[in-house]
Amino acid sequence: MQTMERQRVAPVHPRPRRPAPWPVEFYRSTVGMKWVMAVSGIFLMGYVFLHMLGNLKLYMGADDINHYGEFLRDLLVPIFPRTVTLWLLRIGLILAFFFHVHSAYRLTRINRRARAEGGYISKRDYQAATIASRSMRMTGVVILLFVLWHLADLTWGTANPDFVRGDVYRNVVASFERPVVSLIYIVANIALGLHLFHGAWSMFQSLGLNNPRWNSVRRGFAAGFAGIVMVGNLSFPIAVLTGVISADDNPDCRVVDGVIETCELYAGEGEG
Amino acid sequence: MSGASNETIDVVLHVWRQPPGGEGRMVTYTEEAKGISPDMSFLEMLDVVNERLIAKGEEPIAFEHDCREGICGSCGMMINGQPHGPQKGTATCQLHMREFRDGDEIYVEPWRARAFPVLRDLIVDRSAFDRIIEAGGYITAPTGSAPDANLIPVPKEAADAAMDAAACIACGACVAACPNNAAHLFTAAKLQHLNLLPQGQAERYQRTVAMVEAMEEYFGSCTMHGECQEACPKEISVDFIAYMNRDFVKAQLKNRKLAGQT
Ligand code: FES
Repeated sequence: MQTMERQRVAPVHPRPRRPAPWPVEFYRSTVGMKWVMAVSGIFLMGYVFLHMLGNLKLYMGADDINHYGEFLRDLLVPIFPRTVTLWLLRIGLILAFFFHVHSAYRLTRINRRARAEGGYISKRDYQAATIASRSMRMTGVVILLFVLWHLADLTWGTANPDFVRGDVYRNVVASFERPVVSLIYIVANIALGLHLFHGAWSMFQSLGLNNPRWNSVRRGFAAGFAGIVMVGNLSFPIAVLTGVISADDNPDCRVVDGVIETCELYAGEGEG
Repeated sequence: MSGASNETIDVVLHVWRQPPGGEGRMVTYTEEAKGISPDMSFLEMLDVVNERLIAKGEEPIAFEHDCREGICGSCGMMINGQPHGPQKGTATCQLHMREFRDGDEIYVEPWRARAFPVLRDLIVDRSAFDRIIEAGGYITAPTGSAPDANLIPVPKEAADAAMDAAACIACGACVAACPNNAAHLFTAAKLQHLNLLPQGQAERYQRTVAMVEAMEEYFGSCTMHGECQEACPKEISVDFIAYMNRDFVKAQLKNRKLAGQT
């Protein structure tokens, strides 16, 4: 048999010739992108956790949660003017979100290119990959779309016909009373739970924070974290749908002839 | 030894056949894969099938093999959706037909990754791995004649960990197993068996950057499915990948000139 003619295997992702300045060069590499993804992921995890924790005040009534909303706007006053701290946090959050999504998008494209056309004909028999790890991209997209919806629903109020600015409690109840909306929240938070489960575990790997002493608790940490956030978040729409939380329970917030009266606390808007 | 069994099994073999430069397809062999002894290794079973194919005047199934004792890394193939088949920590040549039952359907495919083009049937070109090794998988210091064994003290733990990494036989199962076709486990193993030892320190960071960059030219990125570790016939741990990531980030943050590394 003749010797087979070998073509040199061409690089799948040829590197740009010119080296870039350090942070760009770092972000060009997939290991660097994964590092950025992990760091932004930690920031987003912290946010998601505090967000859930703050929302638990729904169970304490309108006064508590609405006060909490005001408190966030008043953070670090008078060092900074009102809402400045909140905006700084929001900008950090937007940046983290942007880089998280951007690196995910670029890595996905790189990974797609690395695969052989057609892939395996026979069925793969996965041993370690989980539903969470295999659906990261899908759950990521679901969360991205959900965040846009969530902002429109409860921050800007454009998707919530009964929206009253500053009245967190009423807005949440008015939104979740619509079963379709609650369903969106439930589906999105299950996706978030799965996403967190794989992310909270694998970020240690991306950061290189790997210590045999800790490895055994990594899965547990990821499961616990994802579980707590998911259960907390899922409880809100369910509580509204089952009437555990409702506007009528609250002496301050009432619906009069189908029109929402704002809570007493915020009757005088604009004092801030 | 527990004596060879006289019973044989009949299996149905579905094998990827692809002429050089041509289109491939799955071909089913039923008659040729009858009367297989469970004591045969998987490759011996393929040998038997090939003898029968040759007797019929057909082209035998091309597959790579050399040592047949799990140390050369050439015999990799996808068997029933698992690299090197169903037995953990075993290369295809060490897999035995006793892992299969009479009447089993067995699907055999080459590794699939863009960086591993199929040359013929089950043989792929793994020279992308060579590009990674060329980038820095060696030590340039002149070593002279054989030094005294204990001249450079190496802690037992470091020696053990380096040996665990050095067990890599570069078969490509990690790339084949990875849904992203990442070569992180291979590269990490080839890095760490040097980076863990005193002799490897002088070029540690430049080696890490060079090899990671070469790897990224050919392969995908890690999303931590953990499939590579399961597929590895040498059971190399994904923990090495974390160490590679750490060294890469460190190398980026270091003033490498002052650290004596370019
Ligand atoms: S033939 Fe050498 S490892 Fe299988």
